[in-house]
Amino acid sequence: MVTLQHYLFLSAVLFTLGVAGVMIRRNLIVILMSLELMLNAVNLSFIAFAKYLDSIEGQIFVLFIMVVAAAEVAVGLAIGVAVFRQRGTVDVNDINLMKW
Amino acid sequence: MTDLVWLIPVFPLIGFLINGLFTRKLPEKAIGWIGSLSVGASFVVAVLIFLEVLGMEPGSRSVQKIVYTWILSGDLSVPIGFLIDPLSLVMMLVVSGVGFIIHVYSIGYMHGETGFRRYFAYLNLFVFNMLILVSANNFLLLFVGWEGVGLCSYLLIGYYYEKKSAADAGKKAFVVNRVGDFGFLVGMFLIFITFGTFDFTQVFSEATAKLTQGGLMVTGITLLLFLGATGKSAQIPLYTWLPDAMEGPTPVSALIHAATMVTAGVYMVARCSVLFAMAPVSMTTVAVIGGATAFYAATIGMTQFDIKRVLAYSTISQLGYMFMACGVGAFASGIFHLMTHAFFKALLFMAAGSVMHAMAGELDMRKMGNLRHKLPQTHWTYLFGTLAIAGIFPFAGFFSKDEILFYSFERHMGFWILGALAAIMTSYYMFRSVFMTFYGKSRVEADVAHHLHESPPIMTVPLMILAGLSLVGGLVGIPIIQGWHVFGDFLSPVFAPATAILTSNAHGAAHHSLALELILMGMSLAIAVGGLLFARYMYIVDPAAPDRVISRIPEIHQLVYNKYWVDQLYDILFVNSIVKFSRFLWKAFDDAVVDGIVNGLARLTRGFGGVLRQLQSGLVKDYALSIMVGVVVIIGYLVLR
Amino acid sequence: MEAVMFYVLAAITLISAIFVVFLRRPVHNVVFMIVTMIGLAGLFLLLHAEFVAMVQLIVYAGAVMVLFLFVIMLLNLETVNPAQDARAARMWVGALLSLGFLVLMGPVLKMIFPSGPTVGAAAFQPGMSNTEIVARELFTTYLLPFEIVSVLLLAAIIGTVIVSRKRSG
Repeated sequence: MVTLQHYLFLSAVLFTLGVAGVMIRRNLIVILMSLELMLNAVNLSFIAFAKYLDSIEGQIFVLFIMVVAAAEVAVGLAIGVAVFRQRGTVDVNDINLMKW
Repeated sequence: MTDLVWLIPVFPLIGFLINGLFTRKLPEKAIGWIGSLSVGASFVVAVLIFLEVLGMEPGSRSVQKIVYTWILSGDLSVPIGFLIDPLSLVMMLVVSGVGFIIHVYSIGYMHGETGFRRYFAYLNLFVFNMLILVSANNFLLLFVGWEGVGLCSYLLIGYYYEKKSAADAGKKAFVVNRVGDFGFLVGMFLIFITFGTFDFTQVFSEATAKLTQGGLMVTGITLLLFLGATGKSAQIPLYTWLPDAMEGPTPVSALIHAATMVTAGVYMVARCSVLFAMAPVSMTTVAVIGGATAFYAATIGMTQFDIKRVLAYSTISQLGYMFMACGVGAFASGIFHLMTHAFFKALLFMAAGSVMHAMAGELDMRKMGNLRHKLPQTHWTYLFGTLAIAGIFPFAGFFSKDEILFYSFERHMGFWILGALAAIMTSYYMFRSVFMTFYGKSRVEADVAHHLHESPPIMTVPLMILAGLSLVGGLVGIPIIQGWHVFGDFLSPVFAPATAILTSNAHGAAHHSLALELILMGMSLAIAVGGLLFARYMYIVDPAAPDRVISRIPEIHQLVYNKYWVDQLYDILFVNSIVKFSRFLWKAFDDAVVDGIVNGLARLTRGFGGVLRQLQSGLVKDYALSIMVGVVVIIGYLVLR
Repeated sequence: MEAVMFYVLAAITLISAIFVVFLRRPVHNVVFMIVTMIGLAGLFLLLHAEFVAMVQLIVYAGAVMVLFLFVIMLLNLETVNPAQDARAARMWVGALLSLGFLVLMGPVLKMIFPSGPTVGAAAFQPGMSNTEIVARELFTTYLLPFEIVSVLLLAAIIGTVIVSRKRSG
């Protein structure tokens, strides 16, 4: 029997993998992917809630999250491209312009 | 008209602002007349108010005009307010009137000086402050004017600031005055503690109720106030700045350091006559200091060769007279002498300035002589001033000085002797200056000699006006005949409370013996003439006599000539030790402790910053890591709690 | 049957997600990301969210991931980063923190849903497909957010163009 807990736990593990990716990886593009992973983990929870709480709102919400995620990816990748043009790298350890 | 009293100080303030800010492009004449007429306008207002007050009942000639509340804090309420009574009116008239004349004279005297504008701006500012001082209705506002005139005095003494001696003299005046101001301030605080107000009328009307006769408090207050007065009015022991103040332009010496500002101390003592009357110890102190200063400064005056210094010491000496008058309870006589002195001393200084003008700035009387033909108007006016200060009948000084001597005699024989000795010396050194400058053989250097010229009318006309005042100014105070002492009768309501206290203490009014008064009058006239004749003998009949006298008593002459070495003594006692102590504080306290603390704090902050800045790596991942730490800690707390 | 499907899909999703995070070459990451997306789409289907599942496949696995792939190709990121990481210590701290987070999630889920509903209603509205329901909701109740989100997309488009434009100076 698959319960809500199963889905939620799967979602938590996926989310943690995304966090680990942000923490561990240095490639800006891969970090963006890890962020997507975290968003997808959240989406999974929403869909599961929609099913088990018998409410369509979860699915609606997921659609909105997808839009935001797409926008975020587009802008993030654009920034990545711009950074690469400027500095010749996408290694976040080399990008420290925030320290002036 | 009394409602417009605020106009009196405001006119010079406007003049100051115009000349200080706007008249860069205007010609000298315009600047000078703006400055002069602003003071003249004050004089006109003062005269109009004076006429109106004359029309009032003598008992009710005291009007207060509050313009607005300046400070309101708890129990302390200080208004910008003016007190119109006979005393302040006399002072306002003298300040604005003599001030106006001196302003006009300055247009000629300062002609072609660099900083002409600055000069007139300062002079107007001075008149503004002086008028505030004499018209204030409370101690704090008086103190504003008091400090303001001190500032202007400093600025004008140091007018030729590129000259080191002038800059030093300005500093000296400022610092010495600070000592007096300290006393004045503490005295003011004590008054506030006792009365809870600074208002003159309130303080003086409650004085008898809140203070005990001759008590510690009233004695303390008055002595401290008098300390302030000794600073401003150049009395022992704080007189040393005044002779140095002669570094300023001569009209400044005439206005500030002879006619008006230095009399502020006398005015203040007279204003507080009630308080002083309640403190016999202070009265005696004032009289003794005044008498001693009158005598002491006169001895120095006899030996000086610099014409302005002679006049400076005579100013100190005459101020001593005024204090002696106040000290023996003759406040009206002190103010009377203040007024006549303003006339003839301003005249003398300005005449001396006229001599300087002709002599290309020469001040040494040993290089003058026989100038009376070249400078006839200057000569006559200077002579008038001398006759007035020496106290020759019927010049102004005779009446005022004789009155002081009379009251001193009534109080104590000793004061009279001091005063009489000072008077004979005054007469002597003043005629000495006349003879050395205008008579005898010419000792003028050749290249100066053929430049000798009388000053232009813009300078000589003010001299003549003042000479006229020196001649007739004393007639407002004719003694003996009842009702002819107009001046004294005018002032008497102001001093009535003080006089009442004094006479009740003396147990029975002093008996005015007509014979005694006449004898004393004759004696003071004889004294003045004696001084004249002695000076004539020494400098006209037998010009070698002074040198013989000097060679007979060289030590004493040296002592007096060098002003009793008081300046040097002060240097050793106060200046050097303070400088050393300050240096010690600078090195040991300021550099080590204060700077140490400040720098230490800075270093500590920088150290912390150095540690904390490690956190700002600029790397997104480090920030993400911090967020994660926060998340785990918060969730961990919620779960494990 | 449902349980088997769940476990298979969950395994696919998790394993590919692990590859996404830990494989070195970015192209591999992208490929396994697509696999993760597909696994998730299967899970969505299992949860009767058919429309979302399709969107997941088309938008995520299709468009977004292709965008990633394009960028990786464009920047020629095939060169593997050197293994030396000056900040390796921090990396390990990050990994530990992630692990701690995972451990904490168990009790959290238990606290929030001590006994969640084990099964939901069979269908949301009888006689209506999932797509229809979602569409109705989107164009009625959530019309305003829907329109706002379109503005967000427009902003993202403009921002992207401006940021990635080559500066002519």
